[in-house]
Amino acid sequence: MSQIMGQPVTETFDDVAPPLLAIEQLGKRFGGFVALDTVDLSVPAGQRLGLIGPNGSGKSTLVNCISGTLQNETGSVSFGGRRVDGVPAHQRARLGLARSFQLPRPFRSMTVAENIRVPLLYTVGARHGVHLTSSELEDRCLEVLSLVALQDKAKKSPLDLTQVEMRKLELARAMAAEPKLLIADESMAGLSHSEVEDIVALLIRLNQRGITIIMIEHIMRAVMAFSQRLVVLVSGRKIADGAPDDVIKDKDVVGAYLGT
Amino acid sequence: MRTPLFTLILLAIAAALYLAFRVIGNDYLFFLGYVVLQYVVIATAWNILGGYCGYVNFGSAGFFAIGVYSTIFFYNIGQSPEDVFPEFMLAPMAWIFPLPLPVLIVLGGVFAGLIGLGMGYLTLRLRGVFFAIATLALAVVLETFIVNWSFVGGSRGAYVIPPESVPVFGTFIQYLFVLMLLLAVASLAAARLIERSRLGIGFATIRDDELAAEASGVPTLKLKLIATVLSGALFGMAGAPFPFYIGYVEPNSAFNLSYAVNAIAMPMIGGTTSWIGPMVGALILSTLQQIVTVTISSAVNLLITGLLLIGFVILAPNGLVGLWHHWTARRSNS
Ligand SMILES: Nc1ncnc2c1ncn2[C@@H]1O[C@H](COP(=O)(O)OP(=O)(O)OP(=O)(O)O)[C@@H](O)[C@H]1O
Ligand SMILES: [Mg+2]
Repeated sequence: MSQIMGQPVTETFDDVAPPLLAIEQLGKRFGGFVALDTVDLSVPAGQRLGLIGPNGSGKSTLVNCISGTLQNETGSVSFGGRRVDGVPAHQRARLGLARSFQLPRPFRSMTVAENIRVPLLYTVGARHGVHLTSSELEDRCLEVLSLVALQDKAKKSPLDLTQVEMRKLELARAMAAEPKLLIADESMAGLSHSEVEDIVALLIRLNQRGITIIMIEHIMRAVMAFSQRLVVLVSGRKIADGAPDDVIKDKDVVGAYLGT
Repeated sequence: MRTPLFTLILLAIAAALYLAFRVIGNDYLFFLGYVVLQYVVIATAWNILGGYCGYVNFGSAGFFAIGVYSTIFFYNIGQSPEDVFPEFMLAPMAWIFPLPLPVLIVLGGVFAGLIGLGMGYLTLRLRGVFFAIATLALAVVLETFIVNWSFVGGSRGAYVIPPESVPVFGTFIQYLFVLMLLLAVASLAAARLIERSRLGIGFATIRDDELAAEASGVPTLKLKLIATVLSGALFGMAGAPFPFYIGYVEPNSAFNLSYAVNAIAMPMIGGTTSWIGPMVGALILSTLQQIVTVTISSAVNLLITGLLLIGFVILAPNGLVGLWHHWTARRSNS
């Protein structure tokens, strides 16, 4: 397990230490539509952050700007003390930024295991300059798949998976990259009660091994079980940020969710 | 199977083929074989970008023609070096020119590869249809350029006079045939090596989903550039010996539509996901075309190729290799 996830990052909530992820005044528009409006967010290494907000509030857009899938127009994104806006997504991945896509995007011509092999080759391999033999690679793929209980589907095509299994594959592929920061964009929609608990437990275990995690989720039970800190996005703006128990009682947050 | 062993086996098959042709001893066979092998190289070249990466190139004829005209260019220099070089350089140039055919093949590959790199930079941010249109436009631009460049013959065309005979090989066509045979072996071995390497996995992620590829650490732009360079270089190498084969080249024959159509049709009919597909497609389709040319008319070729292409795209999008896998899987299940 620890060898899959690489070097543990020492937990530090120290104010002096630079945050792992620092977003300042981030803005993104689609045409005239403002999807993100001057968002500030600073995430210290080792934190478990929940990010919630109504549909269309800009959560996935924020993930896209952090991971480099989209380029932000204004503001800045820094990762590990280094400005990364303008840096292509694959380089950010190698720096230790991994994300899952909300709508799963498997490599359709490959098997489930081969999907996991891609980040092992191109992120982990490129980062450490290591060359794994094909049997080592196969073992690692199965190890990662077993984290999300997909090891029995290793040889299947992703097209033969259920929606839920595809979400798990999406998450597993992000975890395989041995990231410093893992962003899970609604990985749990459609999962059964016990599966949600399994994934939350898995994410907490990963976090305890030093991986910073941002979890985007509509399932509040999961969010509350997971998060050490909760951020709320509404219409591209951050309206609340703090301890989960306080945030969900916040008047603005309650108002946003009840649609007032 | 390891690549060296695979290459050795291919070479053995190639040697057997050559010997068989020699025993039969009919030069017409070598003429036929040359064309078929040329299409094996062309189909493999197209497939590196089109099949592995999913970027459809309609401009294959342009890359092929770069190889053709690179040869004409250097051949013409060799014919009249006094028009090109100052007096004092003529003596050393007489040493270098005329360039031997293998060198011309490498040069054709280098130029076509460089043009591929340029085209990649300009067009690879485009996806799908837009990329395909851009490659078509590139071929048109290149043809216009060649038509107006009199040193390589312009619209009049250019003659290349092959030597009567070559040591060891006997007739010149046998020499050409062997060169194209080696080129086909090299391109098949390269395609298979790519397919099984990290690079090939990266190419497949580009074909499947570029955003997911980037998110998994795949440098998609760099890989696409590698693919256009490799593909372009192979096209150029396939084109470089062509002037010696045909004797007289004009832009219409070098930029012929049939190269663009066959380059797409052969991999699509054979199957695009592995090195076998383009080879099978090229062997079947170009043999068929040769037969049709002899028995009916070469004009029918494009029609037949087009109809076959449509049929396969609709009924068997994974080509003959796909049908084969389907069939063997069914049999092992029952
Ligand atoms: N590529 C795009 N082009 C145009 N508009 C977009 C694009 N991507 C997102 N949007 C719009 O931006 C807004 C924010 O979308 P986003 O996907 O970030 O929301 P979200 O908070 O992730 O929502 P959900 O909870 O439904 O996933 C939405 O109104 C969406 O329609
Ligand atoms: Mg979303």
